[in-house]
Amino acid sequence: MSTPKTITKASSSAKAKKLTSSLVELKNVSKSYGEEWASDNVLKNISVEFPAGELTVIVGPSGCGKSTLVNLLAGFEKPDEGRALIDGKEITGPAKDRMVVFQETALIPWQTTLQNVTFGPKMRGDKKGPSLVREAEDLLIKVGLGEFMNKYPIQLSGGMQRRAELARALINEPTVMIMDEPFRGLDAMSRSLMQEFFLELFDENQKTNIFVTSEIDEAIFLADNLVILSNKPTTVQTVIKIDLPRPRNYKMLTTAKAFKYRRQAMELLHGEALKSFAVLK
Amino acid sequence: MSNAANTRISEPQGIDMVFYRIKKNFTSVDPYLTVFGIFLWLFAYWVLCEGLQIWRFSKLPGPVAISKDWFAFEPFQGISIFTQEYYEHIRVSCQRILIAFGLATGLGVPLGLFMGWSRKVRDYVFPIIETLRPIPILAWVPLSILLLPGFEGPVIFLATLASFFVTALNAMLGVDSIDEEYFRAAGCLGSSKWDVFKNVVVPGALPFIFTGLQISIGVAWFSLVAAEMVSGDLGLGYLIVDAYMNNVTVPMVIAMITLGFIGYFSSGCVRALGNKLMAWHVKELAQQGR
Repeated sequence: MSTPKTITKASSSAKAKKLTSSLVELKNVSKSYGEEWASDNVLKNISVEFPAGELTVIVGPSGCGKSTLVNLLAGFEKPDEGRALIDGKEITGPAKDRMVVFQETALIPWQTTLQNVTFGPKMRGDKKGPSLVREAEDLLIKVGLGEFMNKYPIQLSGGMQRRAELARALINEPTVMIMDEPFRGLDAMSRSLMQEFFLELFDENQKTNIFVTSEIDEAIFLADNLVILSNKPTTVQTVIKIDLPRPRNYKMLTTAKAFKYRRQAMELLHGEALKSFAVLK
Repeated sequence: MSNAANTRISEPQGIDMVFYRIKKNFTSVDPYLTVFGIFLWLFAYWVLCEGLQIWRFSKLPGPVAISKDWFAFEPFQGISIFTQEYYEHIRVSCQRILIAFGLATGLGVPLGLFMGWSRKVRDYVFPIIETLRPIPILAWVPLSILLLPGFEGPVIFLATLASFFVTALNAMLGVDSIDEEYFRAAGCLGSSKWDVFKNVVVPGALPFIFTGLQISIGVAWFSLVAAEMVSGDLGLGYLIVDAYMNNVTVPMVIAMITLGFIGYFSSGCVRALGNKLMAWHVKELAQQGR
């Protein structure tokens, strides 16, 4: 696996553009599935705010409805009650201002890496021709896939696929990035490299990031705000403000402060996990 | 990955590549097994029919009798590679297959894709197709003769019908097989419905479509032959029945073997076209060691 190239501070083209980020909110949102008489309340009265330009991580026990939350924010589904808002406006469907990076790779397998990256702008017709291709190539070089532009996704390693997906999302200049356990299934080494790389990208772009994970270490390493969900039915249990300096590195995870956050999160999550464990029994 | 590329020998060009492939092929055991297998079968056939003449096998033409006639300037039983008639039968059958397969593909693929893509289209069409599909092709013979004039019409209709069902069903299943995430990704990137159809539905269903086409061209052949046997004036199926009626067994077997070869060749063509169109799929299979 080729390691991602470090992003130079002076990537002028990105700096020159006015990068915007959006405030995303959920207000008293409920969502359930199934027939009315046997409905399973997945989300119950959730209110949470994702501040503009910050990285908010959602953690919760597995099966607590994190993916449903993502689907609501992305606009794939609509809430039964309550409202999902972006900059105060109702979210009505998927749109290019909110890019989703999916759990397993959702690169389109019959398109090359480059075609995948240019797909969005080409479809919408807002960028085209050689300038689009050049922009996509620059992005791919930036994420360390310069040599893999004309390969199909199946020919890339797991970590490369995730980076290609990041490039595919970023070319659309979204104001919000929604990441649904994007590094799940990667081996430990690729995972930590991807986390560092992702933080570099974040520090550069300062977009609103909503990052779903089930790993506490990953959550603390990345987050500005840590949203901990409770289980059955799902509501927001606590929001912890992670006050670690940026840019971050792995050593920070061994500081006393990080340990304190970790312990706090662990205790809360352990209680929730026990609850769902008991339900399973 | 890139390190390995540096130590490799350079890729052979043009005719060298052909030689390289042939050489590589013959250093493996596979082609010898194939050749040995063919001879084993031919030998068993010869032993049964001509060598020992076991039981009623003596009534069948053996490999020696067949090849004597097949490659003769003046065949004893009328059909050989030097008679005009032989090629006329092949030409007529092939022409019918081309029309029938073309029609079935042209109608079946779009219909299947729309059935897979749109709930509404599926609700309208699927129950009817599923009801008609199990009806054996021979059951359609009287109806098709009543419906269509001449020899060509019914024969082509029957061959088309059989392969149409296979094609449509496979195209539909192909759309079903596409992961929901690709639709979501496309939606997220702002694709219109038509863009999704062109860029997700069609290419995503292609592997299933081509599996379907390989089956459907085979189905087209055997329903064509069945149709030619019942109603026909020419064609390989007609040749088989005609030979049987006239009590000449060699042309019958020649027609059967010819059908086998042409069928093999035609589904090979479909397979090759599929692989050409789906480079990504070929790579995917290669990655899985297939």
